[in-house]
Amino acid sequence: MTLTDLTLAEARDGLRAKRFSAVELTEAYLAAIEALNPKLNAYVLVTGEGARAQAAAADAALARGDARALTGIPLAIKDLFCTEGVRTTAGSRILEPFVPPYESTVTANLLRDGAIFLGKANMDEFAMGSSNMTSAFGPVTSPWTRRGDNRPLVPGGSSGGSAAAVSARIALGATATDTGGSIRQPASFCGIAGIKPTYGRCSRWGIVAFASSLDQAGPVARTVEDAAILLGSMSGFDAKDSTSADVAVPDFAAACRRGVKGLRIGVPREYRSEGMPAEIEALWQQGLGWLREQGAEIVDVSLPHTKYGLATYYIVAPAEASSNLARYDGVRFGARTAGEDLVALYENTRAEGFGAEVKRRVLIGTYVLSAGYYDAYYLKAQKVRALILKDFTDVFAKVDALVTPTAPSAAFAQGEKMDDPIKMYLNDVFTVPANMSGIPGLSVPAGLDAQGLPLGLQVLGRPFDEETVFAVGAALERAAGFTALPGIRAGA
Amino acid sequence: MSLDPATVRRIAKLARIRVDEAQVEALRTDLNSILGWIEQLNEVDVDGVEPLTGGTQMALRLREDVVNDGGIADAVLGNAPDRNGEYFAVPKVVE
Repeated sequence: MTLTDLTLAEARDGLRAKRFSAVELTEAYLAAIEALNPKLNAYVLVTGEGARAQAAAADAALARGDARALTGIPLAIKDLFCTEGVRTTAGSRILEPFVPPYESTVTANLLRDGAIFLGKANMDEFAMGSSNMTSAFGPVTSPWTRRGDNRPLVPGGSSGGSAAAVSARIALGATATDTGGSIRQPASFCGIAGIKPTYGRCSRWGIVAFASSLDQAGPVARTVEDAAILLGSMSGFDAKDSTSADVAVPDFAAACRRGVKGLRIGVPREYRSEGMPAEIEALWQQGLGWLREQGAEIVDVSLPHTKYGLATYYIVAPAEASSNLARYDGVRFGARTAGEDLVALYENTRAEGFGAEVKRRVLIGTYVLSAGYYDAYYLKAQKVRALILKDFTDVFAKVDALVTPTAPSAAFAQGEKMDDPIKMYLNDVFTVPANMSGIPGLSVPAGLDAQGLPLGLQVLGRPFDEETVFAVGAALERAAGFTALPGIRAGA
Repeated sequence: MSLDPATVRRIAKLARIRVDEAQVEALRTDLNSILGWIEQLNEVDVDGVEPLTGGTQMALRLREDVVNDGGIADAVLGNAPDRNGEYFAVPKVVE
């Protein structure tokens, strides 16, 4: 077994038992990145020198008995998290020259706990996408391919680089963010675990903003327990984010061992979407069967406004994005394109700096917020959003968690679904409601489709009850025994 | 509701994104397709529903109204495309 085969929990035990050093583990990952990143494009920046220094410091800490939650664990950081002195682009041309003078709270928490940063992970531009095709630094290629078909597939998005890196074992875990499904959908496509915690659980300070009322950070990792360990370090109250929740951070990893005996698991009938492949429906039923066998009670429930989630999202998210992205003006930071006067400078900078999908969303957002249309679009969407939240509140009075498919399909090929934005948006039909309502959602790899591609199941829970979500996710993971590996991976 | 080319140009102006004449028609098609799809929300009865403004059900905190950071002009200006002393520099705005 090579070092890159270990899970995060196993690597942590090995480091503490001095079976190998943090420097050895980090060198193994850096060598794997050098060999595989040219194929995958999962990293837009590799920080080998910094990683080696952090690894040496981790070994020194371990030697003096100061072993923290993540001491010596090498991670990839989505390029949406500001990292002090290390370029942070959000996947956009407009931030290509940007080097933050500060560290995001989430990455600072990881560094506090001893983590090692291997580099910055590729992503859809400003986290707007479900395929990683909108990155200004080129698409990420999934480490998975269909059986007997070498066409490159997408890793999902927007956290496509994070998910591909973890799946291909060129990172032991990674940070990600989820505004409409950007952690859970790529986790499902890449056969790994990923959780979007409750809104407010992780500080948004220092994360490049897309849609502030929806954005939430979380981890992607090889196992549910690994995701729980990472989330424990990423979480916590932060006075610098006015929406950060001042609540205790429980032991998420311990919750993975709770089991599901006596839990009531809801099955929302509205998640049976038209045209969903039969194998996804079958896997869903299988997952419910596994939970029933482990002592859970399965209950049919209804979330009547599910079908309006996406349309609501495509008002709220672009509206917030148009406001958040107003800061990219070519004056204070980022790229600048000259113009004959100040307005021309703004217009040229933003025309050159933003890609097509970002422009589409900024324009939609500008329109729905413009005088005369605000009530018809934005106010209406906020009211539908209230109804979506009420659906969940009503259902969680009766059940402890919900189980659904994560995405309506397995990974698709690069270039597919590119002709029609709405076709791409439909990827997020099952994930968006959790963002609209702020509740936690976890994707667990549960099986393969007929072409050998991973499919995930999603566990949704009550606000700030990630523990039950982890308990259910770990139970699904144990029963599924998902051991399939992608063709492109370290140690293959 | 369908956007005309003049509205597309007006939105682009409001968003401060230069849109060349040759791009207007393609953008108009894209935006109309998205707005048309969003129209499905008209089916939802929202009479008497209070709008949900944020992702959290908690009240926003207030902080002490005190200076808690500052005096770091070089860090603030460190990423500026153009600067003049302790100021961001832009093309001449006032004659």
